[in-house]
Amino acid sequence: MIALLIAKRLGLGLVTLFIISLIVFFSVQLLPGDVAQAILGRTAPPEAVAALRTRLGLDLPAHVRYLQWAGGLFQGDFGDSLANRRPVLDLLSERIGNTFFLAAVSACIAVPLGLILGLASAIYRSRPFDHATSLAALLAISVPEFLTAYILVAIFAVELGWLPAVSMVQPSQGILDRFILISLPAATLALGVIAYILRMTRAAIGNVLSSPYIEMAKLKGVSPYRLVVRHALPNALSPIINVVLMNLAYLVVGVVVVEVIFVYPGLGQLLVDSVSKRDIPVVQACGVLFATAYILLNLLADVLSILANPRLRRPRGGV
Amino acid sequence: MSRPMQFDRVPLSARIGMAIILAYVAAALFGPFLAPYGQTEVAGDQWTPLFWSQPGPDGDVFFLLGTDHLGRDLLTRLLYGARNSIGIALVTTLLAFAAGVGIGLLAATKQGVVDQIASRSIDVLMAFPSLIFALMILAVLGSSIPVLIVVIALLNMASVFRITRALAMDLEAQDFVDVAKLRGESALWIMRRELLPNAMVPLAAEFGLRFCFVLLFIASLSFIGLGIQPPMADWGSMVRENASAISFGVFTPLIPAAAIAGLTIGVNLVIDWLTNSRSVGNEA
Repeated sequence: MIALLIAKRLGLGLVTLFIISLIVFFSVQLLPGDVAQAILGRTAPPEAVAALRTRLGLDLPAHVRYLQWAGGLFQGDFGDSLANRRPVLDLLSERIGNTFFLAAVSACIAVPLGLILGLASAIYRSRPFDHATSLAALLAISVPEFLTAYILVAIFAVELGWLPAVSMVQPSQGILDRFILISLPAATLALGVIAYILRMTRAAIGNVLSSPYIEMAKLKGVSPYRLVVRHALPNALSPIINVVLMNLAYLVVGVVVVEVIFVYPGLGQLLVDSVSKRDIPVVQACGVLFATAYILLNLLADVLSILANPRLRRPRGGV
Repeated sequence: MSRPMQFDRVPLSARIGMAIILAYVAAALFGPFLAPYGQTEVAGDQWTPLFWSQPGPDGDVFFLLGTDHLGRDLLTRLLYGARNSIGIALVTTLLAFAAGVGIGLLAATKQGVVDQIASRSIDVLMAFPSLIFALMILAVLGSSIPVLIVVIALLNMASVFRITRALAMDLEAQDFVDVAKLRGESALWIMRRELLPNAMVPLAAEFGLRFCFVLLFIASLSFIGLGIQPPMADWGSMVRENASAISFGVFTPLIPAAAIAGLTIGVNLVIDWLTNSRSVGNEA
């Protein structure tokens, strides 16, 4: 039963990836005129446009071009950048590690902190600690990332002078320097994620706490800590795992704005630069990478929450 | 199901939220009349601090919130920006709602093939990260206000659809809907008179949530330079224009950013109350 559910979900994930690749590829067709015209401008001589069209393979039918493009993706061939004629793969490989590093460091800070604070506010429900964390979390999810970022910069970079305000990492830098450079962007990302995980963990535990068996445990005289950690947590595990992975998916996309704020040489900044230059092959490549990471994390979230759901663990007759 | 709302039972936090929202609405409506300077008028020095006055061509000029990177009055820009930022976010949210609620109700009442097609398309839309989707479309079509409104409305329509459909499916199973069907009421009548009024509070909460999301989303796009374009005043691009001031210890960019945050906090305070009062109602 579980295997079937998971297989179904994986199949759905593959279908989604395929449809996403179609959207990414064919969204370019929305362009008035075509890519060749867009690159050269409206005033370009028709022969030049025709020559470029042949060079880019635009005179082939759309489905052939899609297959070529999608086939290229599997071999790591993302085409050439329109802006500087370099292979897109070179541009990506310089930056993909940086983005992954930033997202991973933020996640390592945010996930445990968010879970611990969420559990703590469930244990101290309606007490001053709970009110304080709830208010702080509401503030953190209400403010735009750039406000959080600039407040952190104002305090730690400008007033105190402890940390750098921009995070221009160089390949030659050592790991310790990198940690210092990314501390402010990682903190910005982490604050948002901590707030979401906290709120959702508290809500998931809260849902379970209103069930009759918890009432029973309370009447037996179980301590609030034991009540939350031993009785409520196992049943809230599935929504919590879901929340954590959804937040990781958010984090992968959230890096885009944060990278721009801190001039961090990652994939997000490349995407934003390429959108403003309308460098379509680079945008498509970044789009596919971000969307794939996002979809895979959501897929993992669903699979793990199927596994963590105790009701699905034993096959039941008649279902 | 719907209880009359009594204002004296509204908690303090929600009242503060309502007051904040009203203040912003007033700023958006009357901003240009309240603004002390012209929208693009260069009236003082660059990046002056709060409560700044300096000699001008005819007597002293005063800037309550200081000036921006071009020496324009920040308060004036903020007031003009209120109209653009709030107005565009509101139009986008309304569009998302009209489409989401309409298709959601349709899917719930018709069910079958209509529901399958709508639901599966929305699944695909929601599987795609919104920011990436928006950036790809902007790369192809270029950034303009109509494109921003349509793309962001489309992205937010998905979640409105899901909530409306779920609510309507729940209500569909209720006796009073069966009774209305037996009376021979039309599908449109049932949607308007039976389903919508009962889904009002959760939909209002969703409206607030979507509005905040849209406001922050457009602000982020403007901040990265792909949203509303200068010289139009808008809070996100005001942060971008003044961002470099921060390294000189001037906190001008924090002011428009705080303006955005203030509004989303106000709306969230009201939403928290709406969602809490709903769960209390369900327990009773």
